[in-house]
Amino acid sequence: MRTTDTPPALREDSSRPPNPLFRNLTAKLASLPMVLTALVVFVGCTGWTIVHSFTGSKLLPKLKWVGFDQYEKLWNTRRWLVSIENLALYGIFSLCFTLVIGFTLAALLDRKIRFEAAFRTIFLYPFALSFIVTGLVWQWILNPDLGIQSVVRSMGFTSFEFDPLYNASIVIYGLLIAGLWQGTGFVMVIMLAGLRGIDEDVWKAARVDGIPVWKTYVRVIIPMMRPVFITALVVITSGIIKVYDLVVAMTAGGPGIASEVPAKYVYDRMFSSQNLGQGFAASTMMLLAVVVVLIPWAYLEFGGKKHD
Amino acid sequence: MTDAARLLDGPRGPKPTRRLSRRNIILYGTLSVMALYYALPLYVMVVTSLKGMPEIRMGNIFAPPVEITFEPWVKAWSEACTGINCDGLSRGFWNSVQILVPSVILSIAVASVNGYALSKWRFPGSEVFFTILMIGVFIPYQVMIYPIVILLRELGLYGSLWGLVLVHTIFGMPLLTLLFRNYFTSVPDELFKAARVDGAGFWGIYFRIMLPMALPILVVAMILQVTGIWNDFLFGVIYTKPEIYPMTVQLNNIVNSVQGVKEYNVNMAATLLTGLVPLTIYFISGKLFVRGIAAGAVKG
Repeated sequence: MRTTDTPPALREDSSRPPNPLFRNLTAKLASLPMVLTALVVFVGCTGWTIVHSFTGSKLLPKLKWVGFDQYEKLWNTRRWLVSIENLALYGIFSLCFTLVIGFTLAALLDRKIRFEAAFRTIFLYPFALSFIVTGLVWQWILNPDLGIQSVVRSMGFTSFEFDPLYNASIVIYGLLIAGLWQGTGFVMVIMLAGLRGIDEDVWKAARVDGIPVWKTYVRVIIPMMRPVFITALVVITSGIIKVYDLVVAMTAGGPGIASEVPAKYVYDRMFSSQNLGQGFAASTMMLLAVVVVLIPWAYLEFGGKKHD
Repeated sequence: MTDAARLLDGPRGPKPTRRLSRRNIILYGTLSVMALYYALPLYVMVVTSLKGMPEIRMGNIFAPPVEITFEPWVKAWSEACTGINCDGLSRGFWNSVQILVPSVILSIAVASVNGYALSKWRFPGSEVFFTILMIGVFIPYQVMIYPIVILLRELGLYGSLWGLVLVHTIFGMPLLTLLFRNYFTSVPDELFKAARVDGAGFWGIYFRIMLPMALPILVVAMILQVTGIWNDFLFGVIYTKPEIYPMTVQLNNIVNSVQGVKEYNVNMAATLLTGLVPLTIYFISGKLFVRGIAAGAVKG
């Protein structure tokens, strides 16, 4: 099936090295960067942070154990609670809208339309831009004095109000508008690939049976695209938890602390308020959130296959 | 007028001559409205960057410029201030270039060797490391950033360009390794065995057979890395110092600085300048860009 460690041609004539560790030494040496990254960074650094989240580290990391104190403090900090609430709101909305918009756009593009390439190009280009650029453009468009609000007001609707970046209760929707703009094109591409992978016969059969198009989508196509949806779900979720740049560029967490997010809490605690222990505890919570999301997925994806 | 904006005009016109049915109106109508939402920010960026400040204060954000001026672009490139430095975004641009080139080369070199070793030279435990790498994709960066600061400090690379290059190489590794592993796995084993019989070693096969065959995937990897590294903000802000801040960080500092009068036209010119590199790659590479991001999404 696959090449074994040493091709047979070589195994016979060369005298076997005494230590199997040195077999294929070049390959092992060449893999050293990967091994180091896996062990030192992904395992080592993650473990280091988790361990240090149980210490009272302030300016410098110290192994002075404080048990769960950091976590207790974290969950009693208003800013952290606001961050979590924002992330949950942003996450739920972003997930729903991205999936719905992404799928709808893909379905529309799949209806054998003209100018498909042009539409696709327009929908996807924001994905090439950074969150910083995204945040700054939308900050400008949503500027209450000169942006959308003022344009609508100048058209005669003088009481029109739309200033999400200066209104604490709706600031998260401002971020959402920008986030969706940047990311939905990508999900559309995944969905479109999924739709194109569906057999034409499915459509023919549905047409013969006289099932309306929308019903075919809901009843037949979407269930068939389950794996695609799950992939999209995982991609979107892991992106949401990392949200940071967008907030920094667009609102810097404001007004007040109304648009803070966990990733920003971690950064600020670690690098500007010299409270490492809090940063470690907060980042460990982020890791925990990812684990909670990913384990069911991994179970579905890899555990399910065994039953087939 | 931008290309994107011109493309918008297509479906709304009387072009669908055969059937102006209700279905088509809904279809093209929805697509056009959505296209407007996606195209608008690029249009606003371009238009704003070509206006003078008085016109911006008086007028409509969506109106095309009455009097086109390129001064904001010049100012953004060579005069915009961050703190006490007033040498414009050009510094950030060149910093980003200096970060980008070695990062892209190193990350692709390391990842392609990884993928090659994982597909053709598997050794006991190699799959374990690969699995860790794949799980690592999902670990939030925030969990690893501080210990990496310590590691880089120990190596004497903290705050330097090479430290950031190393970080980009590390965090680009999982996805790129996956990309190359899948590609090299599809190369027939017979080819590999024949080369072995002819006496070629690990590096011989890599340079003479595998690398030349991997050209398409190399291009995909390059697109992925160039846009990814160019757009990075978090690593740039953590692992470098102000003199070598990449363009994204400097852009944010220029636009979101609290002192001075806000010059929206300069800000938009600066934003557009920063977005220009990935946008150019996107519009030139087209399908390959799509392939790159799709490869990233569909796990093997």
